[in-house]
Amino acid sequence: MHPWIGAGAEDRARILAELGKGSVDELFSQLPESVRVDSVGVPTALDEASLLAVLEGMAGQNVTLDDMPSFLGAGVYRHVQPAAVDAVLSRAEFFTSYTPYQPEISQGTLQAIFEFQTIICQLTGLAAANASLYDGATAVVEAALMAHRIHRGRRNRILVAETVHPVYRRVLDTYAGAVGLAVGTVVPSPDARVDVDALAAAVSEDVCGVIVQSPNFLGVVEDLPAVAKVAHGCGAIAVQVVAEAASFGVLLGGGELGFDIVCGEAQSFGIPPGFGGPHLGFFASRGEYVRQMPGRLVGETVDSEGRRAFCLTLSTREQHIRRAKATSNICTNHGLMALAATVWLELLGGNGLTALGRSCLSRAVWLRERIGAVGGGWRLAYPDSPVFNEMLVLGPGTGPELVEQLAREGVLGGVPSRLWGGSWPDGVLIAVTERSSVRDLEALVAAMGRVR
Amino acid sequence: MSVPNHLLFTKTHEWLRRDGEIVAVGISHYAQDQLGEVVYVELPDTGLTVDAAEELGTLESVKAVSEFFAPAAGEIVEVNERLNDEPNLINDDPYGDGWLVKIRVSSIDEDAMLDGAGYERFLAEESH
Repeated sequence: MHPWIGAGAEDRARILAELGKGSVDELFSQLPESVRVDSVGVPTALDEASLLAVLEGMAGQNVTLDDMPSFLGAGVYRHVQPAAVDAVLSRAEFFTSYTPYQPEISQGTLQAIFEFQTIICQLTGLAAANASLYDGATAVVEAALMAHRIHRGRRNRILVAETVHPVYRRVLDTYAGAVGLAVGTVVPSPDARVDVDALAAAVSEDVCGVIVQSPNFLGVVEDLPAVAKVAHGCGAIAVQVVAEAASFGVLLGGGELGFDIVCGEAQSFGIPPGFGGPHLGFFASRGEYVRQMPGRLVGETVDSEGRRAFCLTLSTREQHIRRAKATSNICTNHGLMALAATVWLELLGGNGLTALGRSCLSRAVWLRERIGAVGGGWRLAYPDSPVFNEMLVLGPGTGPELVEQLAREGVLGGVPSRLWGGSWPDGVLIAVTERSSVRDLEALVAAMGRVR
Repeated sequence: MSVPNHLLFTKTHEWLRRDGEIVAVGISHYAQDQLGEVVYVELPDTGLTVDAAEELGTLESVKAVSEFFAPAAGEIVEVNERLNDEPNLINDDPYGDGWLVKIRVSSIDEDAMLDGAGYERFLAEESH
């Protein structure tokens, strides 16, 4: 075989013969039919320019966020994207460097991660943050496993608000079964906030953690101190999940409101929405639990000449040392994305992030008022609940119908609220950010007026 | 350091000192030497009921992490809180101030234990 040209028909036949398989399909027969693709519609053996033309033609069929006003959110948000982020990211010193095990040659990467951790601590109000995880869903899983570990595996139930992002909950279900952790769901009150009385009735001495998302999947800001109080009342670890990290611009991190772990998705920090990612998980905890934390940690130290320096620390928690008893299977971090977030946050600064958060919030407030006046069956599902930048809106039809009709009116109006199920009403989750221009917002309201 | 003969040992390198129904537990000089400088100790909660050979906690050194186990079944009545701030006591005085936990024993299989001389022979065999 040629070292860098793909396998030809003869090579494939040899590989299959060696494996004892009759065909490529047989080789992949364990993959479910539903995820297999027969053909992607690209002819074989094209020259580079011809292939590009084919692919660009295919890509051109997509509606992108630049083609229409977009109010898509539900866990992925479009925020301001300064060119400096990519410029720093694509420097070879960062772009190609691998895991910084050797501090003597990795100070740049280590310092960037240390700054990322520092900012996450500042935003969450907690003492220790790790070097990042892959995404919000796995961050929630790690938080659940950590709560289970803190209770040394003796409390085998965890309570999760149904308004934690449904995809995160689905990933959690996948992992929890493997460690014998039963996941209980707490349904929301009619105002879409966690029903604190129901939560208090559901907790018991076998609950290791309570997980809520704020702002939650329906866009509503939770009463975090009340939730933390109930969790701690039974000795459980209180976990706040954040799917829209820009909310830290105006909302206190859960660490300042009694929470033990704050984790979630930081895609909003300098990572543009992309189909399939990449995303960025973040994870912070109270200092006393640092040895139960998952993932890589960078610490500040001094070198042999007394100068400030950075190195990986508390590595004995990790898989490369602790093997099967490591706190987590994650043995890396999302370095480049953590760097993107760090550069983005440092470009904005604290005041910039606050201004960005206020801009999101004021647009959301403006839109909520306008939706109240649209008529034709359009209304806010939770008009009296506090929000940041997202809201569940009901209209004259089901969520998927409304989204389809708004798209025909030239607006990507949002995400169907029951796309992944849920006990809440069927409507559209509408997200605004600082990039939602007045013209975009007017276009959405006008489109709603035409969908009756 | 010679192996004290008034203690009992396990093959997982814990030692026990019986005082009526209370048993103090630590790790042997050999174990702390293998582990290296201990920097963190995770101790169990007092009041916990444990089975023999159940994992009680972890000892973390600068180069490794190791678990320690209950040499007898019973209830944890005391843990060595000093280790939270001075984990190096395990290195400096493994048979004294470096003790880990005290267990009110409900059952103990002393026949499975080694005395000091027996533990020394066990270590000698292990090293071959």
